[in-house]
Amino acid sequence: MGRRVVLGMVGLGAIGMAVGARLQDSVGGAISAVQAADPTGITALVPGGSGFQYYSVTDQQPSVDPTSYRLTVGGLVSAARSFSLRDLAAMPQTELVRDFQCVTGWRVKSVPWTGVRLSDLLDEVMPTAGAKALRLTSLDGTYTESLTLEQARRPDVLVATRMLGAPVTADHGGPVRLYVAPMYGYKSLKWLGGIEVGPAVRPGYWEDYGYEVDAWIGKSNGRGDAPV
Amino acid sequence: MPRSDESAERVLRFSAAQRAVHWAFAVLAFGCLLTALALYVGPIATLVGRRALLRTVHLTCGYLLPVPLLLGLWSRAYRADLRRLDRFGPDDTRWLRSKAARRSGRLRVGKFNAGQKMATSFVLGSMLVFLATGMAMADLGGIWSLTVRTGSTLVHQWLALAFGIVVVGHLRLALRDRNAMSAVLGGWVPRSWARREHPAWVIEPEAQPEVGADLSR
Repeated sequence: MGRRVVLGMVGLGAIGMAVGARLQDSVGGAISAVQAADPTGITALVPGGSGFQYYSVTDQQPSVDPTSYRLTVGGLVSAARSFSLRDLAAMPQTELVRDFQCVTGWRVKSVPWTGVRLSDLLDEVMPTAGAKALRLTSLDGTYTESLTLEQARRPDVLVATRMLGAPVTADHGGPVRLYVAPMYGYKSLKWLGGIEVGPAVRPGYWEDYGYEVDAWIGKSNGRGDAPV
Repeated sequence: MPRSDESAERVLRFSAAQRAVHWAFAVLAFGCLLTALALYVGPIATLVGRRALLRTVHLTCGYLLPVPLLLGLWSRAYRADLRRLDRFGPDDTRWLRSKAARRSGRLRVGKFNAGQKMATSFVLGSMLVFLATGMAMADLGGIWSLTVRTGSTLVHQWLALAFGIVVVGHLRLALRDRNAMSAVLGGWVPRSWARREHPAWVIEPEAQPEVGADLSR
């Protein structure tokens, strides 16, 4: 009898592995709707919803004073400088409503993002002839990311200051984070503090753990998600 | 009859090897559960961070879970208990069906009651499902299809919820019975307790542990 219970569980587990994805598609929407309307947050513990999950690689999240915040841009550029929040607000603002897709599978649909196009920022500092790639650093002191100059110049790559209709919260990487729409979430570095323009791509934090450097949604990391 | 001390006031419920298996498994399972909370529950994740370290601890504890169970197979007492746990009789069915029957004291409960048997099977089944789904989830290389990995994530998370509830129940029942605690800490229980909670175990002939089967036929 005991072994029948064990075998039964293994069987159910195997069925779940096979058909769980379809189940997730059909009930995930309903669960997210409940979670969105739940002020207590208790339903966030129910698996299968699709809200944001909080990921940080350090033990303490940086607390950033918006008035003294500076985004430092340097390296192979003609006009290295730093940008305050006011500087960023004075530049042309771009609004995108796009999904956020995590490489671990969850996806948040139609998130409103507002900020400065990274390409506009690069135009301000004018990369020099040898510039090929960007290294982005987080104010958490540990996390890093990379983009080629070509990727960074795409119109759907933002230095975001607003998200979900409000200034980016500290949990979401505020006051300033990156949003790389066509790539998996780990590219959208939080607590953006520095951009170093260099001659070649230096893999970022998760990329040293085996994640792909070119993290196109649906075409990398062995996944086939629909593009954003 | 289980081993008893000279005065026959105490009987040995769990050998040193069995207790070692229990505590090694418990430490690893707690390693899995605590890191799972910090990886999965938003407010705790916000406090703890350190995903790379948590992931390593979670996977290491998870992959090591079967090791104490397999090492336990060296112990004769452990193997005998596996047989007892696997065997269900009519009294076990009655035990599960009715609270009144459970309390009547008339059921022939052996070394393990039906609830303990079910819980053990659930833990073993859970471990196997966690291992299979966890390996699919951890695999970034793409041996498993995305569909299987999404399904695995769903199974892993729902099962974790159920497993957590069972662990809380296990701790609650164990902590409120001093003798159950002394069984798993030092091995010995008072004969009076064993006679009351596990009457059919106390009268098991020592030479043939299998004879427990006869009681439940």
